[in-house]
Amino acid sequence: MRLTQTFAAGAFLFVMPFAFVQAGTLDTVKQRGHVQCGVNTGLPGFSFPDDTGRWSGLDVDVCRAVAAAVFGDAEKVKFTPLNAKERFTALQSGEIDVLSRNTTWTQTRDTSLGLNFTGVTYYDGQGFMVKKNLGIKGAKELDGAAVCIQAGTTTELNLDDYFRTNNMKYSPITYDKGAETVKGFEAGRCDVLTSDQSQLYALRIQLKDPDSAMVLPEVISKEPLGPVVRQGDDEWFNVVKWALFAMVEAEDLGVSSQNVDEMKANSKNPSIRRLIGLEGIAGKGLGLPDDWAYQIVKQLGNYSEAFERNVGQGSPLKISRGLNALWTAGGLQYPPPFR
Amino acid sequence: MSDEAPLTKAAKTSILNNPTFRSVTFQVLMGAAVIAFFGYIANNTLHNMAQRGISTGFGFLDQKAGFGILMSLIEYDADHSYGRTFFVGLLNTLLVSFLGIVVATILGFVIGIARLSRNWLIARLATAYVEIFRNIPLLLQILFWYFAVLSALPSPRQSLSFLGIGYLNVRGLYLPAPVPEPGFLAVEIALLFGVVATVAVTIWAHRRQDRTGQQFPVFYTALALVVGLPSLVFAASGFPVSWDMPVLQGFNFRGGLPLIPELVALVLSLSIYTAAFIAEIVRAGILAVSHGQTEASRALGLRPGLTLQLVVIPQAMRVIIPPLTSQYLNLTKNSSLATAVGYPDLVAVWSGTTLNQTGQAVEIILMTMAVYLTISLLISMLMNWYNRRKALVER
Repeated sequence: MRLTQTFAAGAFLFVMPFAFVQAGTLDTVKQRGHVQCGVNTGLPGFSFPDDTGRWSGLDVDVCRAVAAAVFGDAEKVKFTPLNAKERFTALQSGEIDVLSRNTTWTQTRDTSLGLNFTGVTYYDGQGFMVKKNLGIKGAKELDGAAVCIQAGTTTELNLDDYFRTNNMKYSPITYDKGAETVKGFEAGRCDVLTSDQSQLYALRIQLKDPDSAMVLPEVISKEPLGPVVRQGDDEWFNVVKWALFAMVEAEDLGVSSQNVDEMKANSKNPSIRRLIGLEGIAGKGLGLPDDWAYQIVKQLGNYSEAFERNVGQGSPLKISRGLNALWTAGGLQYPPPFR
Repeated sequence: MSDEAPLTKAAKTSILNNPTFRSVTFQVLMGAAVIAFFGYIANNTLHNMAQRGISTGFGFLDQKAGFGILMSLIEYDADHSYGRTFFVGLLNTLLVSFLGIVVATILGFVIGIARLSRNWLIARLATAYVEIFRNIPLLLQILFWYFAVLSALPSPRQSLSFLGIGYLNVRGLYLPAPVPEPGFLAVEIALLFGVVATVAVTIWAHRRQDRTGQQFPVFYTALALVVGLPSLVFAASGFPVSWDMPVLQGFNFRGGLPLIPELVALVLSLSIYTAAFIAEIVRAGILAVSHGQTEASRALGLRPGLTLQLVVIPQAMRVIIPPLTSQYLNLTKNSSLATAVGYPDLVAVWSGTTLNQTGQAVEIILMTMAVYLTISLLISMLMNWYNRRKALVER
């Protein structure tokens, strides 16, 4: 099935006429009336369909922010759930406009796959989850362990690097989907489940007894996760890049979905007025309406609101900001100036 | 004279009306159109990929893979190349297909014959088997066997021990691995000799029976040659084999010959599923042999066993083999569902992990398709050859 999907996307590359590629993604999106966004098949906090089938999560909110910027309506977006193996092919073949699916920014992906990463939604790192009853305190005690992993990810490479650097052996059990990876871990097929730390917390609450497992303190890799677009379309690249920056800049300036209308009416702060589109070049350089950033903040909130609602204190995951705090609070989120 | 007249006439008509010329021309045109079509597709693909900055070519095959694989029949670790992962996956696919075909065939024949049994209970049980297993989607069966098997087995530290030799736990079955020592070559030569001699004896016995009607105990001779002779040599050369025993160390057993639950679950579900279809094919084949054949054979004084062996089955095989080939092909292709339970077959390793690490989708999918096509064609060829041998020779 997965094969057929990859194949379908591949076949698309075969037969697509030359002319189709030339049109800019932004024009195509405007004409079509919605943004087609690739997301995870189900990862609580990042992209997860609720009981009514509505998608929510931090990655999903990035898609909605792009829709809010382009159309002034955060709902004009459709989601394509993709597994790790399908995601790049789906983007390369034009099946989706933007991929926002906890995808790690690496050199290979940024260069030889014909893709461009537009920024970092979430600074992550790979970690390990073990059953508490094994009595393990650190990753260095894992020599000889069986490790459950999800296929087709940088996780597989980091894992091998880590074990070999530390002269340890392991046997990898590679599953296709997150759900089966968790089941395998629960059934005792493996001693350790490895993934990005954010995912470990999300997977942990899917266990029958979340308290039986713990996440080890070691972080063995850098995993900057961010939205991805196709190479060679700078206009669309800018739209996606600045949609995310707008959310971070809004937090930096103290603008939120609660106070943005009041700020629009009364604020004298030139930085805020430029962000909202009352001064400066506003949307002109991006090919967007002047109030594009206002629409994002009004409908989705700033970065802090999106973070807390999806993965932070307002969610079951309760992940702290850590590296994802603003630069002013000791984190890495740093928006370039809006001017 | 009257024969030549139309010929000379035809030679004078326009070349366009010449059937040979017309068929050759149309075939050449058709061939050119097909080549042009595929040429256009290939060219267009390369153009599109170049425009999107996607690198092409097979250069990635030599790059270091950098990821681990659970099970490999050849030596493999993360230092090997991506090209090597192709062979690791391919061999794992072939292994699971081969085991699946063998088990499914045996199980299918047993169930198929059981469905025709005069014993009410046996026949009904066989019917129930067929109706249940061929009507549940295969993927569900694979997941069921995998997770059912996993949750039934104990953790490594509470492993079930078989006389301290083999161990069974949730990580798999651990058996002692035989390690051949220098004198073992003699045993291998004895086995080879036994097999060759058996073939020779079979042919000779067949010819002698055709000539004189006398039978020769081929089965027992074969047993003596293939099993007895190597065993004798093995004992005579002082048992030149040592055993690598699995030892519990840290998280799990190390050493020995591990049999992983992914492989077991996959072979089990593939063969149980396919056996249900094979059983129906076998039943159809046997029913296709008219009952008069059995009666005639019995009237000639052949025992029931010989009737089945010499009269019914040879005729049934003509009906059985062609659809059986399809089932073998299905099983081989269905083995790609391995990826759901983490068995490292070609689709999981090659068009899964390797594809994602390298991003060379077009090259990898083309290679994968070529592999499945080749395997399927090989099985087809083999079965067609077998079918020609078994087909009724009309006189």
